[in-house]
Amino acid sequence: MKRWWLWIGLALISLLLVGVVYAQGGEVTKDDINRVAKQLYCPVCENTPLDVCETQACADWREQIGELLAAGYSDQEVINYFTERYGDRVRALPRQAGFALWVWILPVVGTLAGIGIMIQLFRRWMGRRTVATATIPVEPSPVRASSDLPEDYVARLERELREWE
Amino acid sequence: MIPDVGYLAMVTALVGAVYATIASLYGFFKREERWVNSARHATMTLAPLLGLSSLTLIYALVVGDFQLKYVATTSSRDMPLFLKVTALWGGQSGSLLFWSFLMASFTFIVMLRRWDEDRELLPHVIFVTAGTLVFFVGLTTFVANPFEKLSFIPPDGQGLNPLLRHPGMVAHPPTLYLGYVGFVIPYAFAMAALVTRRTDPHWIRVTRRWTLAAWLFLSLGLLLGGRWAYDVLGWGGYWAWDPVENAAFMPWLTGTAFLHSVMIQEKRGMLKVWNMVLIILTYGLVIFGTFITRSGVISSVHSFAQSAVGPLFFSFIAVTAVASVATLLRRLDDLKSENRLDALLSREAAFLLNNMLFITLTFSVFIGTISPMVSELVTGEKITVGPPWFDRVTAPQFALLLALMGIAPLTAWRKTAAQRLGRSLWWPFLIAVVVVIGLFLRGVHSWGALLGFLLVTFVGVTTLWEYVRGVIARRRARGEPWLVAFWRLAGRNRRRYGGYIVHLGVVCMALGIIGTEFFQQDTEGTLRPGEALEIGGFRTVYRTLRTYPGPGDLIVTEATVEIYQGDQLLKTVHPKREFYQNTQQTMTIPALRSTMAEDVYVLLTGWEGGGATATFRVYINPLVNWLWLGGLIFVVGTLVAGWPDFEAERRMVMPRLTIAPQQV
Repeated sequence: MKRWWLWIGLALISLLLVGVVYAQGGEVTKDDINRVAKQLYCPVCENTPLDVCETQACADWREQIGELLAAGYSDQEVINYFTERYGDRVRALPRQAGFALWVWILPVVGTLAGIGIMIQLFRRWMGRRTVATATIPVEPSPVRASSDLPEDYVARLERELREWE
Repeated sequence: MIPDVGYLAMVTALVGAVYATIASLYGFFKREERWVNSARHATMTLAPLLGLSSLTLIYALVVGDFQLKYVATTSSRDMPLFLKVTALWGGQSGSLLFWSFLMASFTFIVMLRRWDEDRELLPHVIFVTAGTLVFFVGLTTFVANPFEKLSFIPPDGQGLNPLLRHPGMVAHPPTLYLGYVGFVIPYAFAMAALVTRRTDPHWIRVTRRWTLAAWLFLSLGLLLGGRWAYDVLGWGGYWAWDPVENAAFMPWLTGTAFLHSVMIQEKRGMLKVWNMVLIILTYGLVIFGTFITRSGVISSVHSFAQSAVGPLFFSFIAVTAVASVATLLRRLDDLKSENRLDALLSREAAFLLNNMLFITLTFSVFIGTISPMVSELVTGEKITVGPPWFDRVTAPQFALLLALMGIAPLTAWRKTAAQRLGRSLWWPFLIAVVVVIGLFLRGVHSWGALLGFLLVTFVGVTTLWEYVRGVIARRRARGEPWLVAFWRLAGRNRRRYGGYIVHLGVVCMALGIIGTEFFQQDTEGTLRPGEALEIGGFRTVYRTLRTYPGPGDLIVTEATVEIYQGDQLLKTVHPKREFYQNTQQTMTIPALRSTMAEDVYVLLTGWEGGGATATFRVYINPLVNWLWLGGLIFVVGTLVAGWPDFEAERRMVMPRLTIAPQQV
């Protein structure tokens, strides 16, 4: 899990760096604008990222992104600029703070809980040896019975197939 | 007049469903067979009644009875016939009616089955299915009535939302709904099994094919939806982690977990409680999915409160969840596991891990889907949880699932010797490593993509090997020719080998997803005729632009673009913009140059001076067609797995007459 956070951190940092590099060099292209717009949502259009949204309002936003980039803003600064004015809902990637932090924490908690429950289950089931032996129908263990010889394999396959039916 | 007949049929269906629900309960408690029978007959009237109701609505749509509010908002005079018909599921109330009809039809088929072996389940199956129908038909009768009339007769309707005028969108809702309602049947049997304490795997065997069918339709619905998005929405992709998509994806995830875990119960008598939990969860998510798509809750929690549909759905989900869990808890003692887990390296453990991953995945998707609404509710401010979040959170879980898919089929039930497992795993892994090194040397340096390719190769090889060694073994032992050996192998256990075909489909799909997730490129630029955009080794040259009227209120603007690779002209394509005047809606329809290696996906995003300049956005989507091919393989595999095995069924019916299977 730790490593996972590390990757997110790295991704964010590299994003920032890329932004800085781009902001320093030359003319702002449509691709630069789209790169930023992909990470933004306008407050009006539901579930449509800004880079593909076709409303006039979104076209204006894209133009504004271009102006900001030309003025030397980094990608992240542009995103912050819009967040300050329109709130958290414009960010495609929820912030890791405030209420939105839960969105990041809960899946991790859920996964950990899942792993925990599974370990618990494994323990409980593996521990119940006495109950079990009585109820298991005796069948040759597939481990012992099998080698890689095709005849054996056919036999095992046939047996497994029969058991299925 | 005719719509009134439809309305009447719908109301009668509601009365019938209420009656069936009550009569089945009464018959169960009083132990009176005739009440249960009466309930059964009442249930069987629902499909014809709701069918009639749907037909009258279709009639009204086709003849243009615009006094009906539903017809006025989803149809118009100039729409082609097939769109008028499919407008039945183009709006909220119509699609709820259609949903009810499909549900009633499934219930009808279930009622037709012979109930000799499990008569005691019948009242409960009726109670659950008819009860669910009471809710849905109640909605269309009292809250979202498709037969609601306007106080005036408009001269023409508004027409179907242009986004829905696509073949993919025509087929997508029905398949999705079929998937949704299909899962109600195993849920009903599960509940019946709980109440009657028939907790042996009988209910699972009875509903196995229902589950598979539901799952197949849900998968198909998701695939068609993805293809529709790709062809119509014009943003270069097929999946946006949109709440509506997630709503369909979540029951698919839990349904997939269920399909796997029932095998453990059938085979080893374990995980009985868990299977109940899974099917309850799937049913809940099915209703939740309909709720999400149909209540307007996505755009804002406040619009949710404006219509009565939302709160009603919410209450229904709460009531069914509480009732199901309460029933489950009362029967926990009957669901004791018959066996224990013998080893961590076993098929059982692998299935368990598979289930855990599917559930945590569902949980993550659920969190991402509801967070915007919860945030609005709690803080008053909405947040957005966009695709980047979903990609990051779900990618590790998908990767683990993929890896498991490669390993699990090689493990044996009860116990696998690590050595043996290692023996069958090391060389596919080696092949995968070699492939990855090759890719690395050829310039693929993204660690995520490399891991993805490693897994895809590994799983692909192990899955194929399952087939190959089975065929080789049969050939050697029986001397059968290749094809015969293959055919008989798959025929002997369709479920197993169909499942492996599904796995192969998933591998292909994963390849497509890796390609587009890691290597998609895009560029946008404004061009004069003769100028070109360059991307990913391709050159797209803008030639001409023309505007012409389409059918109805449609105006089409279409560009001619040539796609070159080097100096070679690959294809001339026509990306276009469609403008629907009545609704002032614009659609950006992409033009494609498709190969198994990649799609060149060209969009016309704007123009000036009648075509003096035009703006294009070009995406390169590597490997994306593997996704669609994988989807096709996936569907074929599911069909193989679910195809009725007449021979086996005959054997089940006449056990005395069984002679050993023909040995050639």
